[in-house]
Amino acid sequence: MTTLDTASVGQTNTLAYKYHAFMSRRASLMPTFAAIAILVLLFVGAEIFLRGDFITPRNISALLLDNAPLLVLAVGMTFVIITAGIDLSVGSVMAFTGIWLAKLLGDGVSAAIAIPLVLVGGALVGMLIGVLVQYFDVQPFIASLAGLFLARGLAYVVSLSSIKVENDAVLWLQSTRWSAGGWYITPTGIIALLVVVIGAFVMHFTRFGRTIYAIGGNEQSARLMGLNIARTKVAVYVISGVCAGLAGLLLTAYSGAGYPRNGIGTELDAIAAVVIGGTLLTGGRGYVLGSMVGVFVFGAINTVINFMGAEQSWTRIIVGLLLLLFIVVQRAIVARAERRG
Amino acid sequence: MRTIVKHRLFWPATALIALIVINTIARPRFVKITIRDGELYGALIDILRQSAPLMLVSLGMTIVIATRGIDLSVGAIMAMSGAVALQIIAGSDQPDNLGVVAVAVGAAILVSLLLGAWNGFLVSVLGIQPIIATLVLMLAGRGVALLITDGKITTVNSDPFEFIATGYLLLFPFAFLLAMALVAIVGSVERRSALGVLTEAVGINPEASRLAGVRSRGIIWGAYIVSGILAGVAGLIYSANIKAADANAAGQLIELYAILAVVLGGTSLMGGKFSIAGTVIGVLFIQTLESTILFLGVPSAQSPVFFAIVVVVVVLIQSSQLHKWARRVFGGRRSTETSSDVEVAA
Repeated sequence: MTTLDTASVGQTNTLAYKYHAFMSRRASLMPTFAAIAILVLLFVGAEIFLRGDFITPRNISALLLDNAPLLVLAVGMTFVIITAGIDLSVGSVMAFTGIWLAKLLGDGVSAAIAIPLVLVGGALVGMLIGVLVQYFDVQPFIASLAGLFLARGLAYVVSLSSIKVENDAVLWLQSTRWSAGGWYITPTGIIALLVVVIGAFVMHFTRFGRTIYAIGGNEQSARLMGLNIARTKVAVYVISGVCAGLAGLLLTAYSGAGYPRNGIGTELDAIAAVVIGGTLLTGGRGYVLGSMVGVFVFGAINTVINFMGAEQSWTRIIVGLLLLLFIVVQRAIVARAERRG
Repeated sequence: MRTIVKHRLFWPATALIALIVINTIARPRFVKITIRDGELYGALIDILRQSAPLMLVSLGMTIVIATRGIDLSVGAIMAMSGAVALQIIAGSDQPDNLGVVAVAVGAAILVSLLLGAWNGFLVSVLGIQPIIATLVLMLAGRGVALLITDGKITTVNSDPFEFIATGYLLLFPFAFLLAMALVAIVGSVERRSALGVLTEAVGINPEASRLAGVRSRGIIWGAYIVSGILAGVAGLIYSANIKAADANAAGQLIELYAILAVVLGGTSLMGGKFSIAGTVIGVLFIQTLESTILFLGVPSAQSPVFFAIVVVVVVLIQSSQLHKWARRVFGGRRSTETSSDVEVAA
């Protein structure tokens, strides 16, 4: 960084140069910036279109509240995708832990025992996937497919119909609203944001996080550098499983009930949000904070479509098109990097 | 004996036969087939009839996977194909008219072909990862299907259309014969011409096959088009069976079952060597297992647990790590078979 800057001191002050220097060094940030731009565009566009009804404290607070489970899933998914893996099981694990939690609470188990128990349940499904991937050379797609089937089936084994939650501690997570001037936040929202902060911290400031990036960049090189590949790869699936378990808790609190059909296809929403947030599916590049932006883009599209009173099916079409836009942009960036590299 | 055990279809076929034997012991009625009015009836015939949509989707999936790709959009294509056909039939004055049904079927297949071509374009021309390229259509496709049917479940009463799913021809269910005919056509085109070998070459090493003069772009593109068309036909069978276009339920999770069938049949997800016969066995295994689970009185919603166990067992059997351990346990006795073990796994 320093040698280049001091050597070209004469021209560093021009804006164009700064722009180019920034771009070439931070090329991997571009997709995330694009996601932020889209998010801003969505908000401004909706604000103009709906004549100033959209950007209200209430709406933006609701965006976090409604998407808290997806946000937690996306953080876990980011860990997995950066190692060049994929976890299809998260939607089912969320349904399984959600209904199991509701069942345990209904049977009179205290929340202090039930909540850790379902998180361990999520972690175990994640560990199964991680062990299959790491020790038995199963492709992540197939291993997590087994996890998807297992968790979905277990959700129905727990109960075939929905179970209402009447536990005060769990309902408190959702019903409590700390508000200030129209803004409000619920404990579920705080949990989701905490997960994002912890995720970002682990990714960027710990040895574990750097190992994850190294594995995604080039697993062979990472192994030759003496990094602990096996432990890290199993750990990312366990993290994703725990996140899915936590999402199950948040979703159960949010809807006040567990339902075994919850979260069908949610894993795809999470993957889409992660990709829109600028994480490359080939691994090695991506940001937890980017995934948060991706989730908000997803949520904002939902809200806008709700506001316009259009068919909900448009949400999926627009998310699909956005996904397409982003992968084409990413493809162009990668192609450019390869030409230069 | 050894050559039989080493055959790549040995384990899938054994699993299928074992499942049928278990069923027969549990309920002798299982293998009983009766002829009524020149039509075959029985549990086995039901399995054959119900397996038709999954058979078609898995057939296309086999070709796509052989090129080292994957097609997640097949369920969405099924939904759109059914929606297009039903919308045309429901919109006409004479739903029983053979011409109307033919137009509807033709339009649905044309739409499926275009959707497959779109997937192929993203993968082969733009070079996007197959999993994410087809995810686009998987997400958007059901939305489009809902728009086509106006958010409702379109229903029709059209005898020629229902024939596709419930009709009989020459003793057998028409849907099964249709699926088998398409399996035979795709199989003979792939295996009687060089296309199959070229497809495997593209799957094993795209770069090397390109340098060797194989036009991999066209082959990959073609694989997605075939997969799209077959998914479209599967969508027609599905909607003809329920006499309705249900954009949400049509082909739900079928992409996962199809991938499972392909893997069970011995085709590796890493691309390259593929086995259409293996896929057929894989599909029949899944359908028989489904029927077994129902017979056991387990709610069908809980059946995924069984499939999870099957997936884990199958991938463990194929895992080279497990073979290594097995060799260590059983000593050097099997060491001469090292290379052939990989054959079995592949």
